[in-house]
Amino acid sequence: MKEFIKIDNVYFKYDENDDSDIFALNGINLTIGKGEFIAVVGHNGCGKSTLAKHLNSLYLPTTGDVYVDGINTKDDDRLFEIRKKVGLVLQNPDNQIVAGIVEEDVAFGCENLGIPSDEIRKRVDNALKAVDMYEYRTHSPDKLSGGQKQRVAIAGIIAMEPECIVLDEPTAMLDPQGREEVMSTITRLNKEIGITIVLITHYMEEAAAAGRVVVMDKGNVLLSGKPKEVFSQVELLKRHRLDVPQATELIYKLKNCGCNVPDCVLTEEECAEAVFKLLKEKTSASLSYSQVRKRVK
Amino acid sequence: MVREITLGQFMPGKSVIHRLDARTKIVLMISYIVFIFLCKNFISLLIMSLFSLLVIMMTRISFMKYLKSLRVILVVIILTGVMNVFYGTGDVLFQWWQLTITTGGITNAIFVIVRISMLMMVSSVLTYTTSPTDLTDGLERLMKPLTLFHVKVHEIAMMMTIALRFIPVLLEETDKIMNAQKARGADMENGSIVQRVKALIPVLIPLFVSAFRRAGDLATAMECRCYNGGKNRTRMKVLLFTAVDLTALLFCLIIFSGVIVSNCFFGSFATV
Repeated sequence: MKEFIKIDNVYFKYDENDDSDIFALNGINLTIGKGEFIAVVGHNGCGKSTLAKHLNSLYLPTTGDVYVDGINTKDDDRLFEIRKKVGLVLQNPDNQIVAGIVEEDVAFGCENLGIPSDEIRKRVDNALKAVDMYEYRTHSPDKLSGGQKQRVAIAGIIAMEPECIVLDEPTAMLDPQGREEVMSTITRLNKEIGITIVLITHYMEEAAAAGRVVVMDKGNVLLSGKPKEVFSQVELLKRHRLDVPQATELIYKLKNCGCNVPDCVLTEEECAEAVFKLLKEKTSASLSYSQVRKRVK
Repeated sequence: MVREITLGQFMPGKSVIHRLDARTKIVLMISYIVFIFLCKNFISLLIMSLFSLLVIMMTRISFMKYLKSLRVILVVIILTGVMNVFYGTGDVLFQWWQLTITTGGITNAIFVIVRISMLMMVSSVLTYTTSPTDLTDGLERLMKPLTLFHVKVHEIAMMMTIALRFIPVLLEETDKIMNAQKARGADMENGSIVQRVKALIPVLIPLFVSAFRRAGDLATAMECRCYNGGKNRTRMKVLLFTAVDLTALLFCLIIFSGVIVSNCFFGSFATV
């Protein structure tokens, strides 16, 4: 996988004049490959959002460097090039929509880049179709649900044709349905268009859907690896006041009780299957899991 | 309560009025305001009123929406109407204590009421049929000459876009904060004026704080999308002055000259 973002030994302090040794980012090293889907988790104040703002040079490292596609984010002349490559979606969808009509908001980024009108039109239509909001193009954003607004915000970034989208807790203010809409949009963008996704989240279920999970603590990387590798270390995560997906925790506890279950599961489906197998051992039922699944549906 | 305000509400559509260039609509709107105040007799007032109704019908937006826009300023209309009845000259119809009703007063009242209501409804035509972006874009283009005097035209237009966008958001926020304060026992409906104004302070402070927080977020979001002022900016929808606009301008020119002609030939009744 080609390297896309490189975070090289970055320290960051909000207040330059602060002499204490407390850094928001504490010598962090991380590389993000092109087309990767990574989830960053960690409890409040661990530096997740600070890290996100370093990826498109909203913040510059106090020491150390961040490279986006080989460009140092400190390079002021190429600032817009960096921001065009890496788009950032924030938590509150209301606060990032600039214009009073959906399609005009999506066009905002392209207009800033000085793209000709007919090209903008094409990009806006494609972006709205990509997030499945095309039929709402002439609506006013304040008539939309939270999930829809967040998808409009994502479309506004997609229209700029970025190579990477960083999402800073995009689902924190949404209801379960809105969360689902946003998550499936993100996953689709990653799989179909190959956009690199950096998802910062509090929900471990969302992190489990990523290709790689990075756990942050005190401004540094605590763990990094495939979701199964990370979430199998339940004890370590708990010690750092972090949760694991509920399904994972249940299987982990069963395993500890000596039950014959897999080492680590991530989704509810996997969990259900494991529990089913366990129950089947104890009883003499002859149905298979998929047969039961069909009946339940 | 606060949600009933229909200020700056755009209703998408495909009527002729919707298709007019925003600049045409703004210029015509301003001249309309001038001319409705130039109406000095009933014939010119009738011309303007019929013209306004025609325009309203052409937008294909239900007439009820326009009446709703009037409801907001109903008190103002009634108040100025009543005041005018008593301030006039001419034949005395009724006299009691200091109050005198004259024929001139009644004429003035009719003129004022019709003018204000038409004004409100026709301004609604502008905001109902023009998207906020088109509207501010049109203003930006019309104010372009002012850049010679170092007026930051693009910045003003951008501020207006953002203001229009955030009116509903902040209204909703106000509603939420008021409910939250009521839940904590704040009393906003009772007491003297001073007490009620004081009761608004715990609503306004959180509102301001949250508005600044929103502004910070919005600035970040705009930076992320490469916003760099008006320099080298293109538009998705380019304003186009077409034959339809020309027709509309000529048609209004005829109507407005009709007003002047009628003012010259039929004398003036209104003194306001």
